[in-house]
Amino acid sequence: MAEVRIGVYVCHCGTNIAGTVDVEEVARYAKQLPSVVIARDYMFMCSDPGQALIKSDIKEFSLNRVVVASCSPRMHEPTFQRACQDAGLNPYLYEQANIREQCSWVHEGDEATQKAKALVEAAIRRVSHHEPLEIKEIPVNPNTLIIGGGIAGIQAALDIADSEHRVYLVEREPSIGGHMSQFDKTFPTLDCAACILTPKMTAVGQHPYIDLFTYSEVEEVSGYIGDFKVKIRKKARYVDEERCTGCGVCQEKCPWKTDSEFDIGLGKRKAIYFPFPQAVPMVPVIDREHCAYFLKGTCRACERFCEAKAINFEQTDQILELEVGAIIVATGYDLMDPTPITQYGYGRFDNVITSLQFERVVDCVGPTGGKILLKDGTQPKSIAIIHCVGSRDQNYHTYCSRVCCEYALKFSHLIKEEIPDADVYQMYIDMRCFGKGYEEFYDRLSHEGVNFIRGKVAKVTDEAVTDEERGRLVVIVEDTLLPGVIRVPVDMVILCAAIEPRSDAEEVAKLLKINRSIEGFFMERHPKLEPVSTPTEGIFIVGCCQGPKDIPDSVAQALGGASKVLSLISRGKVSLLAATAKVDEMRCHGCGRCEEICEFHAPKVINKNGVMVSEINEALCQGCGLCAVTCPAEAISIRHFTQEEIKSMVDVLTES
Amino acid sequence: MNGFNLSRSIRTRQLLQVRRMRKITEFEPRIIAFTCNWCAYSAADIAGISRFHYPANVRNIKVMCTGMIDPGYILRAFERGADGVLVAGCEIGDCHYISGNIKAKERVERLKKLLHILGLEDERLRLEWIDAGDGRKFADTIENMAGKLKKLGPSPFKKEVKS
Repeated sequence: MAEVRIGVYVCHCGTNIAGTVDVEEVARYAKQLPSVVIARDYMFMCSDPGQALIKSDIKEFSLNRVVVASCSPRMHEPTFQRACQDAGLNPYLYEQANIREQCSWVHEGDEATQKAKALVEAAIRRVSHHEPLEIKEIPVNPNTLIIGGGIAGIQAALDIADSEHRVYLVEREPSIGGHMSQFDKTFPTLDCAACILTPKMTAVGQHPYIDLFTYSEVEEVSGYIGDFKVKIRKKARYVDEERCTGCGVCQEKCPWKTDSEFDIGLGKRKAIYFPFPQAVPMVPVIDREHCAYFLKGTCRACERFCEAKAINFEQTDQILELEVGAIIVATGYDLMDPTPITQYGYGRFDNVITSLQFERVVDCVGPTGGKILLKDGTQPKSIAIIHCVGSRDQNYHTYCSRVCCEYALKFSHLIKEEIPDADVYQMYIDMRCFGKGYEEFYDRLSHEGVNFIRGKVAKVTDEAVTDEERGRLVVIVEDTLLPGVIRVPVDMVILCAAIEPRSDAEEVAKLLKINRSIEGFFMERHPKLEPVSTPTEGIFIVGCCQGPKDIPDSVAQALGGASKVLSLISRGKVSLLAATAKVDEMRCHGCGRCEEICEFHAPKVINKNGVMVSEINEALCQGCGLCAVTCPAEAISIRHFTQEEIKSMVDVLTES
Repeated sequence: MNGFNLSRSIRTRQLLQVRRMRKITEFEPRIIAFTCNWCAYSAADIAGISRFHYPANVRNIKVMCTGMIDPGYILRAFERGADGVLVAGCEIGDCHYISGNIKAKERVERLKKLLHILGLEDERLRLEWIDAGDGRKFADTIENMAGKLKKLGPSPFKKEVKS
């Protein structure tokens, strides 16, 4: 084996590292360690001159190993590996010591320098054991799966499909459109949500490169970037999609009614129904739970009146198998149910409604035909809008839901437009108008005669103290600008409930093997620089499933996700993981324990010239190392994470 | 010169001296943390990004999964003088490799029994599940572990126990 010649580079990262760690001392220390040929410190190793330094040193000093002590390898490992590769060094002969995130940013003084030295020494010892690994490439399947057909999923689907690559768009509900289809107007421009969304929905329905699966759910995902295998359950609609003309006679004739999910319990729908008039696809669904035929075995009114003969009570769920190269997750959000916040009386008082319910109330195709009415059908004279219900609240969600301030302003405008003499109260903690045109919108509304009360609402009650309050709702709030607790009698209360992760986000995360951040939304690879990538290669997250967002931000993310997928497709190939398991056939007994324990079916015991030995399928191996620890003969090792490598680190780090 | 300032400067000097002496004599435990690439290592990075300070007693070793940690690594750390070992991975059910952390849990629990027989206190080997975004938990875990180990004193496995 050739002599190990290591180059060590200690990064200042401006003052991020050098402000705490004595980088020159670390470099001096590294210089005198065995096998280290050159050790330098430099202002920004990731900069072009920093990388050039590594490249020229590799040539000048015939280096065959490189260690950079800088930020987290999650940040710049690929950068420096590429630099090594450019200079003709195998990228697996590189090691990074994390002296920023896990040292200079969390420790101080001598201790930080001491720890940095230890981390660098451990990296030096480990890199000596590194071996060059072969990087294999596989072709990328040019088809894409998009999960969720809200505005983010729709936008991503259209952008990818426009490049003439196949997109499979899977939506759980009977129609695409998501939450945006439930909105009436959009802030701050007040253009109607349906007017801007419907053309996009229609485009998706008609696009030759989009296969739309509504009323369907993803059941299983296996494989890896470039080659995912997906199983989709297409739930039975009991309506033949090919035959249905979308005439709507079935819905008209159906005698059975139940609460509409789309109108969030405010309106009714039939047992066979279109969720809303602009649904895409324009094919109804029979709800088994409320259909008389499924419950009692009689009726079949829809079948009788359907001229296209599209009703099919015998339809069953279908399982479809798809192969795709990349997956975009756009599963959106749930609006928090404010019932647990008992002091606001949601669920107890008829006229306390959520913001999404109010969107349905003001929508011209909503349950009241766009008229703002109380439960008893009368017009409210005063309305309170309560901000931050469940958001920015230690008891529920500490984060800000980001859109509430703006839509609350929009609501006041819509109320004033319909009922000019109504009293509208905004009860807010802080007004956060961060987007383009938002502050201007706030300014406009403050001139429209809306009352702004700064304070967190304590209670909504029906206990009247004065005659004026009798028979109405009373909002009790502390006005922090005019100190004192005030009682505001109103007819209607709108709760700006928090945006929450989907209730099944946990299962979806497990299905896709992606992570969730502390509040439960899916987690991006880097909070600033990799906002749509996930730690799992080939899977991207866009829209509100990643965190609360307004429509412009969701659309921007969708475009980002689409561009990530398109760059993958246009390159046409990806590198396979090189740090996989390897079997020492001389040691292997062929016992098959590795085969039993592996979740990815990578090892297989085969007969090789009359001897039973285990063989690893490298395309399937994920490099988790479970087999290596399980093997009783210690015949399996993981490339790049061998026993010698880990033990050498343990030795250095326990002692220094 | 007024007396107040003088006495204060003397007190400050005394305090500093006491602190310096304590630094020499106070036992600083060494913790080896095996952190999985997907969750705990990322949590440690998030702790850094959020500037959650924690004691510098810890040394992280990144592994791809807690399932790849050979019990031999943990024994080696104790043999070489570590006062505590932390094994930190993804929450059960969140493992990037499906079941690696479940296997790790079984192994660590078995190893704990062995270490107990060998006379090592239970607190010295700790298993934690730390979500990828939970920098706070990583910092708190180290803080808490370092505190407990300080009270326990040096590991009985240390070749030369300085008392």
